[in-house]
Amino acid sequence: MGLIARHAEAAGIPTLCMSSALDITRAVNPPRAAFLDFPLGHTTGKPDEPELQRAILLAALAAFSELREPGGVTMLPFRWSEDEAWKLELAAGDFRSPRLDTPQYQDDSDRERAQRPGAAPAPCPRCR
Amino acid sequence: MEPIAYMPSINAMYAALGYPAYRWVVNAEPPPWQPVRKPLARSRLGLLASGGIYVTGQVAFHFKDDASFRVIHADVDTRDLRTAHFAYDQTDARRDPNVVFPLDTLRRLVGEGVLGALSPHAYGFMGGIYSARRVQEDLAPRLTERLLADEVDLALLVPV
Repeated sequence: MGLIARHAEAAGIPTLCMSSALDITRAVNPPRAAFLDFPLGHTTGKPDEPELQRAILLAALAAFSELREPGGVTMLPFRWSEDEAWKLELAAGDFRSPRLDTPQYQDDSDRERAQRPGAAPAPCPRCR
Repeated sequence: MEPIAYMPSINAMYAALGYPAYRWVVNAEPPPWQPVRKPLARSRLGLLASGGIYVTGQVAFHFKDDASFRVIHADVDTRDLRTAHFAYDQTDARRDPNVVFPLDTLRRLVGEGVLGALSPHAYGFMGGIYSARRVQEDLAPRLTERLLADEVDLALLVPV
């Protein structure tokens, strides 16, 4: 994601990268970042907690005006839980699926909708 | 407790799978920098997210270096959003896409006047593209073109 941010920023667009993987973000070194120390898959909050989601995004968007140095990272002041057992559990787990090269629909009804006549064509003819 | 160090564990995982060593992008030189010219309340923001977000009716992502993206209209019904991604637990994102694609949250901030406007288009794509070159030479320029055409003042990028 940092590569895309660097590209867009070089083209004249100020960017902000959210992050929940601080070491990866620091390595790629995007122009601006906001780090939220939550498990992967929760980059902008917890499900069905709109007030928390709003507070996180407000704090993150403030980084656009607060960060003044290229490569700056705002550390967002939110905790996933009282303890940090999730970090130990996450280190032990692996959610990766095989690298399948066909579209992986969330469910069968999605597949049917996408395959109906008149459905949006594949978005990018160059994409394999 | 310190943030999790993901790079060593991902290196070990790929080694165990017999993959060639993953070459992390490390940019020692400072990133490009574009000063913010307008207050948030007068800015138009573009949202990009790499959590494999698509809208039902669109072709889903595949898991082998998929460098395509999906155009998602900013007024989409959140209930029509779907995810397809190989590298994270999607349970919560499927229950509430705002955890990786904060569209309702941004619409709310526009309604409150905190944020000026949303770009009419958001973009969903896949992270975890093995080739950094492919991102740099293909996906990043195509997304940047879209952001320029959308005339956004700011871009918010949400990885997983």
